Amino acid sequence: MKIANKTVSAERLVRDALEKAKHFADYHIFTYINEENAINKAREIDRKIANGEKVGRLAGVPYALKDNFLSTEGQTTASAHILEGFDSPITATSVKKLEDEGAIMIGRTNLDAFAHGSSTENSYFGPTLNAFDKERVAGGSSGGSAVAVALDIVEFATGTDTGGSIRQPASFNGIYGLKPTYGCISRYGVVAMASSTDCIGFFTKTPDDMNLLMEVASGQDPKDLTTLPDYYNESKITRAKKIGIIKEFDNESVDPEIRKALKHKVELLKSEGHEIVELKMPSLRYALAAYYIIVPAEVASNLSRYDGVRYGFRSEKSETLDELYDNTRSEGFMPENKRRIMIGNFVLSSGFYDAYFLKAAKARTIIIDEYDKAFSQVDYILTPVSPNPAFKLGEKIGDPVAMYLEDMMSVSLNLAGVPGLAIPAGKTSAGLPIGLQIVGPRRSDKGLIEFSKELIEDD
Amino acid sequence: MDIKREDIIHLAELSNFSLSEKEIDSLGDDLQKIIQYISQLDALNTENIEPTYQVFEMHNVWREDEIKEQEANREQLLALTKEAKDDQIKVPKVL
Repeated sequence: MKIANKTVSAERLVRDALEKAKHFADYHIFTYINEENAINKAREIDRKIANGEKVGRLAGVPYALKDNFLSTEGQTTASAHILEGFDSPITATSVKKLEDEGAIMIGRTNLDAFAHGSSTENSYFGPTLNAFDKERVAGGSSGGSAVAVALDIVEFATGTDTGGSIRQPASFNGIYGLKPTYGCISRYGVVAMASSTDCIGFFTKTPDDMNLLMEVASGQDPKDLTTLPDYYNESKITRAKKIGIIKEFDNESVDPEIRKALKHKVELLKSEGHEIVELKMPSLRYALAAYYIIVPAEVASNLSRYDGVRYGFRSEKSETLDELYDNTRSEGFMPENKRRIMIGNFVLSSGFYDAYFLKAAKARTIIIDEYDKAFSQVDYILTPVSPNPAFKLGEKIGDPVAMYLEDMMSVSLNLAGVPGLAIPAGKTSAGLPIGLQIVGPRRSDKGLIEFSKELIEDD
Repeated sequence: MDIKREDIIHLAELSNFSLSEKEIDSLGDDLQKIIQYISQLDALNTENIEPTYQVFEMHNVWREDEIKEQEANREQLLALTKEAKDDQIKVPKVL
């Protein structure tokens, strides 16, 4: 990525990014443009460079922030009506770390409201358009961030991945997207969706950029007690020998062009001397059902805080406190938010808890065991990210189950807490990007990024 | 299982929101399909399997019992609410 120095000013980098953001306004990428602050920060960095003072590793690098990260620049909306008017007094740890190294946020990006979705169509502000075909979805939930990087507006963007929300939009737009190991990057100051699977990660154009961002953003945070002790920077990397492919994902529900792209990379790996191992992971076919029980349960709990009392939108027509809660939530949530909250309350309610929530928690154990077993046989696993390339706007929005099926190959990583890196893997005959994901054992994030370089080919 | 109209209304009540007649119909259909999908988990044998609720190697994290400086102060937090009076958040009557 371009970093400001004596010959390239931070102000130039930031102004270029702001200009491109305006040029691509019809893609609905941004919910907020941070023009004045960004230019002021850039000038401060340029002043330091001119004075020969030390600047950070990301000095003057413009980036886009998914609009579910809290910061004091611009309202944090999570693309949800119910957070309207929320000017956060605090800043997320990950944002602080990026800014401490000199990165400059030029805008907040669109998402499915509260990150509930796989197309960014569930945003209160309307959908973001795909970088390669404006009639198609950006993917989601981090659609705005993915398109901001794919259209080269910014060098990188932040995302959150609860079940695929970084990897799927990365693959729909032909860029890199990392969901790190659970607990690698602090979640402090990020709007919670499902606390046991939420991960913070990034979109970049190269593996090296991803590595740099991970070096900056990872690490234990006293404000998030589920962060792991620092390990990223000390990770030892040995060259991967055995690569697994998952038998269960090679079937007719996956687009033939994606299966072909996977086979092509497998041949490339073989030619580079890697051993390919076919893995049987039969429980993965249950991962999506388990995910759509566990995550809505956590969503129902995490979204109970939005009541119109302390912050955000408040319905005006209420006579009593109970009416205020009810009206605020009725008017403030999008249909998909309501679906997930209701499913969550269904699977947690007495009479259904054992059959659904407890059953899913047990399925999670089986899925984790299957991954552990797989990683005793192979170094990494290569799989598709989603069953299809970017689909048409409106194609799946009326059918929630069809939309959920988008996540069939991405959610098991979140249930198991293992990292996954979406990589570009060519295009379909119609010119749409194809993405694959590399999956590794917990704490193998750095190795995954390094390994992805072996899969790069000239287009 | 079949999700009835009264089930949808009950779930909305548990969720602290109300649904219009139109929403009851549309969300009812959606929820029926979603529950049908997640019910396929029945087929997975989970006998003698312990449940997993988190994938973090969880242990207690201790700190001294002292008040640390907060990032946001009272004024900033009260400024986020629609109505505040005498350092308190004002809401409609409770009863």
